[in-house]
Amino acid sequence: MQYSEKVMDHFTHPRNVGEIENADGVGTVGNAKCGDIMKIYLKIDENDIITDCKFKTFGCGAAIATSSMATELIKGRSIKDALALTNSVVVEALEGLPPVKVHCSVLAEEAVKSAIADYYGKIGRPIDFEIEKAHEDEE
Amino acid sequence: MSRFVYADNAATTPVSREVIEAMQPCFTDVWGNPSSQHAKGAEAKNMLDDARARIAAVFNCKPSEIYFTSCGTESDNWAIRGAAYRARAKGRTHIVTSAIEHHAVLHTCKALEKEGFTVTYVGVDEFGVVKLDELREAVTEKTAVVAIMYANNEVGTIEPIEEIANIAHAAGALMFTDAVQAVGNVDIDLEKLPVDMLSVSGHKIHAPKGIGLLYIRKGVVINNLIEGGGQEKRKRPGTENLPYIVGLAKALEVAKARLPELDRVRKMRDRLIDALTEIPYSRLNGHRTDRLAGNVNVGFEFIEGESMLLWLDIAGICVSTGSACSSESLEASHVLLAMGVPHEQAHGSVRISITHENTEEEIDYIIEQLPPIVERLRNMSPLWEDVVKNK
Repeated sequence: MQYSEKVMDHFTHPRNVGEIENADGVGTVGNAKCGDIMKIYLKIDENDIITDCKFKTFGCGAAIATSSMATELIKGRSIKDALALTNSVVVEALEGLPPVKVHCSVLAEEAVKSAIADYYGKIGRPIDFEIEKAHEDEE
Repeated sequence: MSRFVYADNAATTPVSREVIEAMQPCFTDVWGNPSSQHAKGAEAKNMLDDARARIAAVFNCKPSEIYFTSCGTESDNWAIRGAAYRARAKGRTHIVTSAIEHHAVLHTCKALEKEGFTVTYVGVDEFGVVKLDELREAVTEKTAVVAIMYANNEVGTIEPIEEIANIAHAAGALMFTDAVQAVGNVDIDLEKLPVDMLSVSGHKIHAPKGIGLLYIRKGVVINNLIEGGGQEKRKRPGTENLPYIVGLAKALEVAKARLPELDRVRKMRDRLIDALTEIPYSRLNGHRTDRLAGNVNVGFEFIEGESMLLWLDIAGICVSTGSACSSESLEASHVLLAMGVPHEQAHGSVRISITHENTEEEIDYIIEQLPPIVERLRNMSPLWEDVVKNK
């Protein structure tokens, strides 16, 4: 199984690794049993712009690269744009993923949405979007 | 700074210089078909007979008990299927194996279940040793064959094959052992070891890929998997792969002669185990002493194996992992899970398999490179974050 150069670039030089203290939204998805967990932190301003975004990931090369790419794609963008981020956009930006690793990109999409849902919960805004699950057997 | 350390010898080994030299004449001069009646055939037949006799000498068995196959997987399939089909006529429709076998054995057993055979998958203890009391209960007068590996490919645990064979024989069942990982690591004397069948693969011991053998003890009869001409006493037809058979004979002789060198390999292995298990939240998978001389399998909590493997690869170090993410099936190692290792820890395991070809300096290099990789990955793991915060 070979990763693209772009995947290896994001794996070896992941963007936006870390935590945000007092984040406005935090989303944790996946589980250790399946071998991948992604945690995304968002800082969101009053205009619904994601001003900062960090991640921590337990997982394979693809899991780390998709987390990194997803944070890069949503940083500085609006919540609306972030919600429009699909896993296939992440895969395309990474110049492809091996078929067995596509679920990692679904996990990244899920993590972003889950962090936004957390933010909506905090500010009392109704959650008007659906989150696709990468793992059916979520615990 | 472009170093290269190959430490994945349980996956495959490079073909050795001696083996290449031994095979060379088969490509240039001795290219006849051993079944041909003319001089060119006789020349090849002589070389084939010589290789078989030398292999028999290595294992202390009869040349007529050695059957050449295409690989370890074929040998495993043939032994189990051949024995099962043969015994079915006598009302024996049960197979006993272990939960930690190679997929060549496990998937053969699964396929036989679909054909009406029943299979008992005996468990192992935390070190990967087959539970003998469970095995004793499993083997009955219905059992056709007991198939237990000599040594495990992932964690290197060496099984008590003699005791297992005695249990099989007490119930009148055949005993088959997959010795693919054991050969070259353990002295196998088939006059003493009471097994009926034993499989060997060439590419694990510096012979080429695509050659294996099945030892079938004299008097033991199993069904054929394929039909054809008269080769291998009609039991395994197909024109003999003479170059690779000659290569396998050479590789086995060299491996046997090198057995005393294993003490040095064991010392390097133990040095690696000691250094790597010093990392916090790590554990050795498998048995500390009853393990293959070159096998190291260590689990690191809170990180995932494929990520470790990728970083090690960038450092020029080749290893393998029991993580789900590195397998096409996305399932964690069945061996580690059977040993009771939790999923989370099975994902973070790496297997380092070394041989006499590795040097002390290479071991130093692995010991220098691996800990910072573990640290780097932990620093970006949300699981590690929780551990640090709860401290």
